[in-house]
Amino acid sequence: MTKMVTRKHFSDTHTTNTKNKVKKTMKRQKPFQEPVDNGSVEESESAGSSFPPTFSLSTIKNKQRRHLMFMKLKQEKRKQKLELRKKRKKERDALGDKAPPKDVPKTIENQRVYDETTVDPEDEEVAFDEGTDEFSAYFNKLTNPKVLITTSDRPRGRTVRFCEQLATVIPNAHVYYRRGLALKRIIPQCVSRNFTYLMVINEDRKVPNGMVLCHLPDGPTAHFKVSSVRLRKEMKRRGKDPTEHHPEVILNNFSTRLGHSIGRMFAALFPHDPHFVGRQVATFHNQRDFIFFRFHRYIFKNEKRVGIQELGPRFTLKLRSLQKGTFDSKFGEYEWVHKRHEMDSSRRKFHL
Amino acid sequence: MQHDDVIWDLIGSKQFCSYKVKTKTKNFCRNEYNTTGLCNRQSCPLANSQYATVREEKGRCYLYMKVIERAAFPARMWEKVKLSECYERALQEIDENLIYWPRYYRHKCKQRFTKITQYLIRIRKLTLKRQRKLVPLSRKVERREKRREEKALIAAQLDNAIEKELLERLKQGTYGDIYNFPIHAFDKALEKQDEESESEAEEEDDEEGEDEDKGRREFVADDEIEESDLSDFEDMNNLKVSDEEEGDSSEEEEETEEEMEGSPGAKSKGKTPLKGPVRKKRPYVEIEYEQETEPAPKSKAS
Repeated sequence: MTKMVTRKHFSDTHTTNTKNKVKKTMKRQKPFQEPVDNGSVEESESAGSSFPPTFSLSTIKNKQRRHLMFMKLKQEKRKQKLELRKKRKKERDALGDKAPPKDVPKTIENQRVYDETTVDPEDEEVAFDEGTDEFSAYFNKLTNPKVLITTSDRPRGRTVRFCEQLATVIPNAHVYYRRGLALKRIIPQCVSRNFTYLMVINEDRKVPNGMVLCHLPDGPTAHFKVSSVRLRKEMKRRGKDPTEHHPEVILNNFSTRLGHSIGRMFAALFPHDPHFVGRQVATFHNQRDFIFFRFHRYIFKNEKRVGIQELGPRFTLKLRSLQKGTFDSKFGEYEWVHKRHEMDSSRRKFHL
Repeated sequence: MQHDDVIWDLIGSKQFCSYKVKTKTKNFCRNEYNTTGLCNRQSCPLANSQYATVREEKGRCYLYMKVIERAAFPARMWEKVKLSECYERALQEIDENLIYWPRYYRHKCKQRFTKITQYLIRIRKLTLKRQRKLVPLSRKVERREKRREEKALIAAQLDNAIEKELLERLKQGTYGDIYNFPIHAFDKALEKQDEESESEAEEEDDEEGEDEDKGRREFVADDEIEESDLSDFEDMNNLKVSDEEEGDSSEEEEETEEEMEGSPGAKSKGKTPLKGPVRKKRPYVEIEYEQETEPAPKSKAS
C-alpha cells in the first residue's frame, strides 16, 4: 500500500512540492526503490543520493528534517571529495617521477588584483620623485629625526603607557602632554624647535585607536587606525627593556607608490645609523593593507639561524588617509583617502 | 483670571497634565513658555491668564507676554518683543514692558534672561575652541576589519619574515665584521657536493689535495667510496654507513664529522625520511674495532 503511494509520489516530484512526504518515504523506501527508479527518474549527482533534480533544501519547511538533509548532503560531498583526493594521489604515485608538479595553492596574495601603481625597482620616475620629495632631506642624511609624541585630550593610563613605550622604542623621541592645545598651534612651535615628526595618539574609551603622523617641515600627514595594542608587560616571553641603541628598520611588502611613500615615512622616524651592537630591530610589515609593527632583539646563533626575542610594544596600523601638507583636516589636500564603499568591495584588492 | 483656579485644580493636582514631569522630590513643567521650569501655581502658563517669559531663538532673546484680553484668540495670544543685544538695556526693556505687572513675573523674566545670556556667551566661547567630532563606527565594518586583521596576521608569518630578512642582511654583509662565522666558502663547497656529481669531483680533488699534504694514499681510495656511497644513500640520511666502513685513522673520522656537519645543514632543507623522531645530527666520533674474523659486511642500513 505504501509502496504504491510512493511510486505515485515519485512520478509527481517534478511538479508537486510535497517534498516533505516524499523525502520521508524515500528515506524508508530507499533500499527497495533504488535499483528500480534510480536510472529513470533521478539524475543523481552521486551514487548514494537520490534527490530529484529540482530539489532544493530551502523548500523543506521543517527545520529538523531540513537539517538532517543538509547533514546528509555535506557527508556525501565530503565523501566524494575524499574519493577524488585518493584517486588523484594514486595517480600521482603511479606516475612516480613523471608526475606533474603540484599546483600552487591559491592565496589571497597570489590572487591579488594587480595594482597599476606598483613600483618597479628600476623605475626612473619613481627614483626621481623619491629624490626630490619631502623625505629627501632625511635620506640624503641632512637631518636627524626628532619625534614629538603626544595624545588627544585627557589621556587615560593605557594610552600614556603606550606613549612612553613608544618613546623608548624610537630614539630621540619626546612625550608631551596635550593639555587641550590645538594641533595647528603646536605645529609651528615644533618646527621652530627643530622637530621632524609629530605623532599624535588618539584615544577612545581608554584605549588608543588612532594615530596621526605628521612630518614636520610641511611634510605629509598620515592618519592611521591603530588596533591590537600590546604593551610590554602583556607580552609573553619578552626580553628586557630596550636599550638606547638605535634599532635597525625592516620594511616589508610596501609595493605600490602609496606603500612606498608610507614606507619612507616610517623609515624617516629612525636615525640613519643603526647600532648593530644593540641588536635591536623594528619591523613594519605590510600584509593586506595592515601594517604590523614589532620590535625585537635578535641574536645570530650561527650563520643559518637567528633567534629573535620580542621586546617592546606591538600594534597594527591601517592607513586611513594621507594628506599632502601638515595637519589640516578642513582645507588640506588629500593624496589618498580610504573610501569604504569603493575600496573595500573587492577582497583581492589592496592599496599599500 | 476667570477660571484659572479651576484649571489649576485639575491639572495641578487632581488630574493629568501632559507637560508635567514628576520626580521624587519635585515636579517639572515641560511647557516651552514656562519661565521657571517647575510645576507651580504661579509658574504654570496654562493656569495663569496673565503670563510673561523670555525665550531665545538663534541667539536673540524675545519677551513673550500673554494677557487675559487675548485669551479668546489663541493665534494671537502671545505677544513677542525683541530684546536688545545689550544686557542692561534689555533688562530695562523688560521692566518697561512688564510695568504694572506683578513683581514675580518681572523678577523671573529677568532671571531667565540672565541665564540665557550666560549660556549664549558660553556657546560662543566653545565654538572658538576645538570641536570634537564624533565619527560613528559601524559594527559590521569593525567586525570585518578585525577578522581581516587576524587573517592577515596569520598570513604574514612575521617571525619567519623577520628572520629571513635578518639572515639576508647578514649574508649581504651589512653587519660587517661583527659576527665571525667560520668560513662561508667551506659551507658553500659542502652544499655543492650534495647536488651534482661534477662538484663531487671537485671536492675529491680538494680532499686529495689535503690528503697529499698528510701523505696518505690509501686514504684517497676510501674517500672515493665514501663519497659515492654517501651520494647514493644521501636520502637515507645515513651516517652509519660511513661509520661501518672501517676507519682507523682519526682523520677519516674527522672527515666524516665534517661531512656530517655539512650534510645535516644541507639535508635539513630536503626531505628527511623519519626513522622514528627526527634526530638532530651532531658531530660525533665512533670508534670501530677491527675484527680478526671476516670484516662486518657492508650492509645497507635499514
